[in-house]
Formats: sequence, C-alpha cells, structure tokens
Amino acid sequence: MGRLSRPAWVYMTAVLLAAVCVLVRVLIPVVRSGVHLDWLTALITLAVLLLVCDSLATTLTSRQSAWSPSSAISLAAVVLIGPAGAAVVGASVLITVRTGVRFSQRVFNAAMYTLSAYAAAETYLALGGRVGTPGRAEFPAIIGPFAAAAVVHVLVNLGLLGGMLKLARQAGGSPKGIGLSLPLLFFSDVCYATLGLLMAALWSVGVRPVGAILALVPLFVARWAIGQFAAQERAYAATMAALCQAVETKDYYTRGHSERVSRGAAMLAREVGMRAERVDAIRYAGMLHDVGKLGVPTKVLQKNGALTEEEFAAIQLHPMRGLEIVREIGFLDEALAGIMHHHERMDGRGYPLGLVGDEIPEFARVIAVADAFDSMTSNRSYRGARSVPEALSELRRWSGPQFDPALVDAFVAALKREGWPQPAAAPPDAGDAISVQDHDDPTTPLRVVDSR
Amino acid sequence: MSGAVRRPARRSSWQAAESGEMLLVAAAGMLVVAAVAQTATAGLVQPRTALAFGALIAMGELLRLALPGDREAAPIAIAGALGYSLLTSVGGVPATQSALQVIVVTAASMTVGALPHLAAGRPPGVAGMASRLLAVACVAVVFRPLAATGEPQHQWWFALAAMTALVALGWLVKCLTLALIRADALRARFGVTLWDEMRIQLPLEVAAGASAILISFAAQVMGLVALAVFIAPLLVTHAAFRRYAGIRATYLQTVRALARVTEVGGYVEDGHSHRVSQLSVAVGRELGMSENDLLELEYAALMHDIGQLSLRDPIPGGATVLVSPADQASIAELGAGVIQQAGVLDRVAEIVRCQSMPWRGPDGEAPVSSRIIRAANAFDDLVGASVDRDRTAAALERLRLDSAEYDPGVVEALSKAASRRAVVRR
Repeated sequence: MGRLSRPAWVYMTAVLLAAVCVLVRVLIPVVRSGVHLDWLTALITLAVLLLVCDSLATTLTSRQSAWSPSSAISLAAVVLIGPAGAAVVGASVLITVRTGVRFSQRVFNAAMYTLSAYAAAETYLALGGRVGTPGRAEFPAIIGPFAAAAVVHVLVNLGLLGGMLKLARQAGGSPKGIGLSLPLLFFSDVCYATLGLLMAALWSVGVRPVGAILALVPLFVARWAIGQFAAQERAYAATMAALCQAVETKDYYTRGHSERVSRGAAMLAREVGMRAERVDAIRYAGMLHDVGKLGVPTKVLQKNGALTEEEFAAIQLHPMRGLEIVREIGFLDEALAGIMHHHERMDGRGYPLGLVGDEIPEFARVIAVADAFDSMTSNRSYRGARSVPEALSELRRWSGPQFDPALVDAFVAALKREGWPQPAAAPPDAGDAISVQDHDDPTTPLRVVDSR
Repeated sequence: MSGAVRRPARRSSWQAAESGEMLLVAAAGMLVVAAVAQTATAGLVQPRTALAFGALIAMGELLRLALPGDREAAPIAIAGALGYSLLTSVGGVPATQSALQVIVVTAASMTVGALPHLAAGRPPGVAGMASRLLAVACVAVVFRPLAATGEPQHQWWFALAAMTALVALGWLVKCLTLALIRADALRARFGVTLWDEMRIQLPLEVAAGASAILISFAAQVMGLVALAVFIAPLLVTHAAFRRYAGIRATYLQTVRALARVTEVGGYVEDGHSHRVSQLSVAVGRELGMSENDLLELEYAALMHDIGQLSLRDPIPGGATVLVSPADQASIAELGAGVIQQAGVLDRVAEIVRCQSMPWRGPDGEAPVSSRIIRAANAFDDLVGASVDRDRTAAALERLRLDSAEYDPGVVEALSKAASRRAVVRR
C-alpha cells in the first residue's frame, strides 16, 4: 500500500472504530463477572500462537499480499474462550513482529482480526455451539456451527481486506493490483481454519498447547512449500527474462522489446478480466513471442532494402520456429498458440496460417496488440519513437483489419489508467548490430520484392 | 560383432536396475501374504475404523505428488497409514487392530488407490508403494503391542515421544529403501543418494508424521470425525506442494528449451547442449555429486554456450573446442554475464565462467562442475551424436593426453559414462 487516500483513511477509521466498539462491548461483562484463570491462560497461549503465526507470514508469489495460517488459531479461540476471548486474541496482532509492516497496516490488521473473530464467535453461538473445551459427547454435532463460524471468519476477513485493497488501488497506490485469485484464497483459508477444531479438541487430551503446536506443524510445512514456490517462481521469471534478453541482445533496436511486450500483454489480459493463471501464462508467452527470430539469418533481419520472397518467407517462419523451441515447456497450451499466431491478422492476411477473426486464439490477439504498440513506441533506425497518443491512434486505425477492436479499446483504457514507461532513447554503440526493418511495425510494413 | 558384445552389457545393466526394486517388492509382497493369512484366520477387528483409514490411504495414493528428480510421494497415504498404526483409542474405545491388520489394510487401500493410475496409463509406482508399506510396517510392529498395553492412553507425553520416534524411524526406513533402489538404478553412490533422499523427503515426512500423530490424538476425543476434519488441511498442504513441484519442473523444462536457441540460431550443432548436459550429469554422478550440485551442473551445462549469442557470426560448426583460448574465455564470460542477469543463478554463472579455464591454471583450480563441462563439451565437439567406438576412444585419448587442460579424474569418469552412453543409445 502506498500513501493512503482520503476514502481509504475513512474506511480504515470506520473499521478501527467498529473493532474498538466490539472490544469494549465484549470485555465489559467479562470484567464485571471476574476473569477465570483457565480462561486467561488459554487466551494468552492462543494469543502467543497467533503472534508466532502472523510473524512468520509468508509473501504470496510476487504480489504484495501475505498469507498466514492464523485463522485456525482465531477459530480455536472461538470454541475455547468465546467471543470476548476470540476478539482479544485477534486484537493481539497489533504487536506482531513481522518485518516491513507499517503502523497503519498493523492497526488495520488487528481491527480486521478482531472483527472477524467476533463475527465468527457470534455465529458459532447462534447456531448452538458451546464455549469451552469440547468433549466426546459434542462430536459430531459441533461440526455444523464450527463450519459456519469458519466460513464467516474467512468471509469477514477477506471482505475487509478486499475493501481496503480496492480503495488503495483506486488511489493509484498499488498499480499492479493484487491479482490473487479470491476463490482459491477463500478455499484454502477455510480448509486451514478446520485445524482450529482439532486444536480445540486436543485441549482436553491434556496436551494443551502441545496439541496446538503440533497442529501448527503441517501448517508451517505448507507455508514452507508456498515460500519455496514463490521463490522458485521469482527465480523462474528472472531466468526467463535474462535468457530472452540474451536472445535479443544482438540487435540494438529490439532490446527490452520482449519484456515490454510481456508487460503490455499482461496489462491487457488483466483489463479484459483473465484469470490470474492465464495472465501469468500470457506474461511468459509475451516474453517468448519472438524467440524464433533467432532462427532467421541475421543478414535478413538487417537487410537494407526490399526482401526477396525467400527472405520474407524466412521471417514469416519465425513464429513456428519459436513454437519449436518452447513446445517442450509445460505451459498452458494457450501460451503456445499465442506465440505461434501472434502475427495473424483479423482479416486473414497474416502469417503463418492466415487465420481469420475469432479463429485466432485470444492470446495471439492480445500479444499482437502489445507487440505492435511497443514496436511503434520504440526507436527504430528508420524513425524515432512515436509518442503514446500517436501510437494509439495508429492502433485504432488498424483496429478491425489487423487488430481485434475490443482488445484495442481495452488496451487504450488500461494504458490510460496504468501508464506506459517508454524505453530510454540512447544512441547505439559502435559494435551493436542494427536492424533497418521491423516486422512488428504496422505503419511500415516489410518491403518485399514483387516477383510477379 | 560389436552388436553381440553390446547386448549382454545392456541386459545386465537392465537387470541391475530392476534387481533392487524386485527385492524390495518381493519383501513387501511376502509381508503382505503373511499378514493376509494371519488376518484371514483372526478376522478383521473394528471394521469401521479400518474402512475409514483405508479410504484416507486410498485417496492419498490416488493423489500422489511428483517430487524433484522423478520421485513420487504420497504424503496423505502416509499420514493415514501412520495414523492407523499409531491409533490408541477411537472416541474412548481402545483400538485393538494388530500390526498385521494394519499392514493388510494399508496394502489393500494402496492397491485400490493405485488402480486409477494404472487405468490412466501412468506407471503404478510399485516400488514406491512397497517402500511406504515397509515403513508403515516397521512403525506398526513396534507401536501396536505398545498400544495394547494401554500405556500410551494414560501418559500422553510418553505416547507423544514414542510416536515421534517411530515416525522418524519410518522416515529412515523409507529413505533407506528408496536410496538403495536409486543408487542401483542410476549407478550413484549409496551414501550420496541416501542423503539426497532424506533431504528431499524431510518436509513432506514432517507434515505427514505430525498429521498422523494429530489424527491419533484427535481420534481419542473426536472419534472418526477427526479424519473427516483433517482431510481439508491435508489437501491444501498437498496443493501447495504440487504447485512447488510444478514450478520446479517448468523451470528445468524452460532452461532446457531455451538452451536450444543456440541450435536454432545455428551457433552449435543440433542437440549439443542436451548431450553435454546429459553427459555432464552422468560424470557428476560418477564423481559422487549431490542432487543439488547436479541440478546446478545441469543448468550450467545446458547454458554453457549461451554466450555465443552475443557473437556477430556463428563459429563454423559451433565447436568451441576449436577456437582460440581467448575466444573461449570471452564466450564463457559473456555467457556468465547473461546468466548473472537473472540474479538467482550466480553459482551457475560461476560454473559457466570457469568452463574455459584449464583445470589447474595460473588462477588456481577451476570448480569441479566447470571441469566436467569443459571435458564433456570437448568430448561432444569431437564426437557429436556418434557412438562409434573408435571415434569415442580417439576423443577420450585426446582428452587424456591433454592433462594440463582436462582433469584426469574427470576424464576417467567421463570415459566410464561415455561407454555406458554407447550402450544405452546403441
């Protein structure tokens, strides 16, 4: 989260006030009737466990959200010590030792946990759940109220968090968006929340905190796996970027092209509402779309003047060569189709197959728009970089015959919101190879000798 | 004639690869037969519990996980089977199943869970199942008599300590059997494979073992409902591991695929990177390298020619062994630069950088991975895809003579790996 906007502040204050009200409301009766020692030990134990969990929260993939298995502990608190205890345990997140958390974020998290734990506890009670260590007689009847409490806990949690992220995003604070798949997050949170019931059940076996700690072991292994996954994913993206850069390093004018196309394609994909995995796939497809150009002899790419039919055929083959290279990678098939068909045109005059309109895979249509746009906004030896508005009006001009009009509109909208960093215009070094034609540039089509 | 010489060698290596596995499966099979015979006469006690745990084990066997290095694991099945072995009571009623019954239930449910794999045309993974069964059998044989005394029910700390020790024992048994098979199949050193196996299996085993202990404790209070409640978190943990394994596999595939750009660009001969990486890994294994080191070696070998992309024009034939040492060094340096860009493969970059150094140069010794790639690359430049014996022998001879450039130890390992390569590729 960047600097908070005014609506975000209002929202945060409202959530905080609600949490304080809840705390006051639940604590008054407790204080009046006197605090039971067992209740207090359970509360402190659970609060410590929650803090441990939250402090070790792991960052989810490359996006800026953290996943922590703390909902299980909140729900154990719901069963063991009721609404008052659960709310206090939730509020203890305020003193988390997780690094890199701002104070405002900390306060918000604590308020969020307080509210969701309280809502879950009230649900649990309303459906006939009993507060206290569950005994043998209560199973399986306890499962219904507990499941409802778990769902409510996760829903309130995600709802409050989602509202905050939405406000922060509208203010332009987080241009990337969270891009997390919410149903998935909901599902995994609810599944982990069921561990809360196990913790509560183990409270009576005489193992007390040992049982709760034992229940955390699988959680931490899962957390380890997710952390490893995120690290691998970052390493993977970085390696891919480095290798793609190596491929285009020969030609001064196309440096950084793959990476920018990848960014543009992902931006457009998000704009048209693709799922997170598809956005990831198109990011890689955009990165790799021109890898087959390496199979085109350098002298063809750098030829000054019209191309012969054979040379043009060699260029037209590059999407196929690219496919040949990346086919072995366990990608979504869509990414492969995107690489193969990124030079098709809506009117069927593209290559390699001359597909028409909707026959062209969606990935390919998306990449085509980002590809042409980046080509126009970068320097070429035969012209300087066009400005963004100029390039957009060119895109609109070719929208229909060459590009999918719906995608062009979406691209314009996305660009308006997220902006586009134009590549720096540095003059080429003496040793750099220089291309004098660009097969991606719709305004300057390749010149081919007419043999007829 | 050479064909006649080759065939027995090929068969013996095939037999060697199978024999360890066969032994393991036979041992597990005998155990199952004995257990079935015993249970058939004594009858199945507490069938509902057996059925519930059997269902969990079968589901776990169905949801196997691919681990790095072509391994398969079934953590949910292990959690279920260990949980059944460590059960003391279900909702207040003491659990009385014998160790042999645990073995029968586990074996039967594993088989049921493996059937869909067979139906889908995937390998049944019999060896993995056998090693899991043996591990579970060891745990059950120790704990079932203990549970019959009633001691673990009354003293939770004693039960917890015993369970933890037994879970560790099961893990050790599984790693031992798997490492034996692997050392046999890959011709690697047993000590190295055992260490790799223990390292790779550890996180999953910790999760599965802790789950089993939890199931056992929770069942005392919750009864069989504990199993139902436990499935949900187990599944999510499973999903986390699956994603991790998936991205690892994709990573390697991507590097393999992108290493081919040098071939498509006409810089090196077709299949060069792939062959060099295969050969390098075989040599590294021969020299007793661990799996982590082998993975780095494989990455480095796949990308060892990536520096050529920065050359204006391809080297004729792409054979770096034929260009001047200064050019070799600059290609290696450029390649290392590319890899370093990624920011996460610095050790791989270092290996690529040092591949052009003589193994004992003025700047000290090159890393062993670099020495391996240097020798494997030279060998492939000289021999190519050919498996002709005379050509192979001549190339090896040339590497041997040049003992200032190529580490004699590496060349010896290379000659062993190359002779096997001839046999395997035929």
